[in-house]
Amino acid sequence: MLLSCKETTRLLSQGEDRRLGFGEQVALRVHLAICNGCRNVSAQFRFLRVAVKSLSRDGDDKEHA
Amino acid sequence: MGLEKSVSSPLPVTDAPHPMPADFRAQVENLRPYLLRYASLQLRDAAAAEDAVQEALLAALTGEANFAGRSNLRTWLTGILKHKIVDNVRRQSRERPAPELEPEGEATAFDTLFDRRGHWEEAPDPWEQPETALGQKQFLAALESCLRALPQRTAQAFMMREHLGLDTGEICKELEITPTHCWVMLYRARMALRQCLELNWFGK
Repeated sequence: MLLSCKETTRLLSQGEDRRLGFGEQVALRVHLAICNGCRNVSAQFRFLRVAVKSLSRDGDDKEHA
Repeated sequence: MGLEKSVSSPLPVTDAPHPMPADFRAQVENLRPYLLRYASLQLRDAAAAEDAVQEALLAALTGEANFAGRSNLRTWLTGILKHKIVDNVRRQSRERPAPELEPEGEATAFDTLFDRRGHWEEAPDPWEQPETALGQKQFLAALESCLRALPQRTAQAFMMREHLGLDTGEICKELEITPTHCWVMLYRARMALRQCLELNWFGK
């Protein structure tokens, strides 16, 4: 199965929310190996998760200082 | 390591007399701004956030014995608040059930990112030092305004996932939607947010 970039971004997102099937994981890995754009999006999705978590931490830096 | 003495030492906090009620109350009150912010991120509506915090504080003050220093006070309160927030979301979605899909429909703004074969019109660039942005107030403000720009239900599902940390099974149940619908909404949220941040922050 060859994924388009659009399908890849959709799977990347679902990978944050459910366990992908074996076939999906392989297809994803194959696509990411050759596509810079989708690799960047993958990192950005992961960053979004961290960024949202830091929203509620905003303003209590004193605890960590 | 492995000294018998340390093994047999009594549980220090649970056996201790209760903290002074006034003191406990004050500590809980001190956390109110944090809790309000936590609730507002999910509920958007200031009055609803205030309600959820109020309910959580009430539950905390009457259930003080359950705390007994078992964990960090803030962690404990946040756990209680999370339940109150989910109650609130559930009530909201019962009272005004949303249409199956948001008005924007199937064709979404980011469809223009791809050509007809589903490949990038213009491949996304990496973001420069995103970790540094996390420490910047302006970045967090930009992220919040990107979140506010999302359609209401989409934002709700996304924040339940990423802010409250619920899994999609729970989100589906509370919003009364199918898993597929849930994944579509989360996908849209992520794509819209990355586009918004690129436009307003990383693209500069």
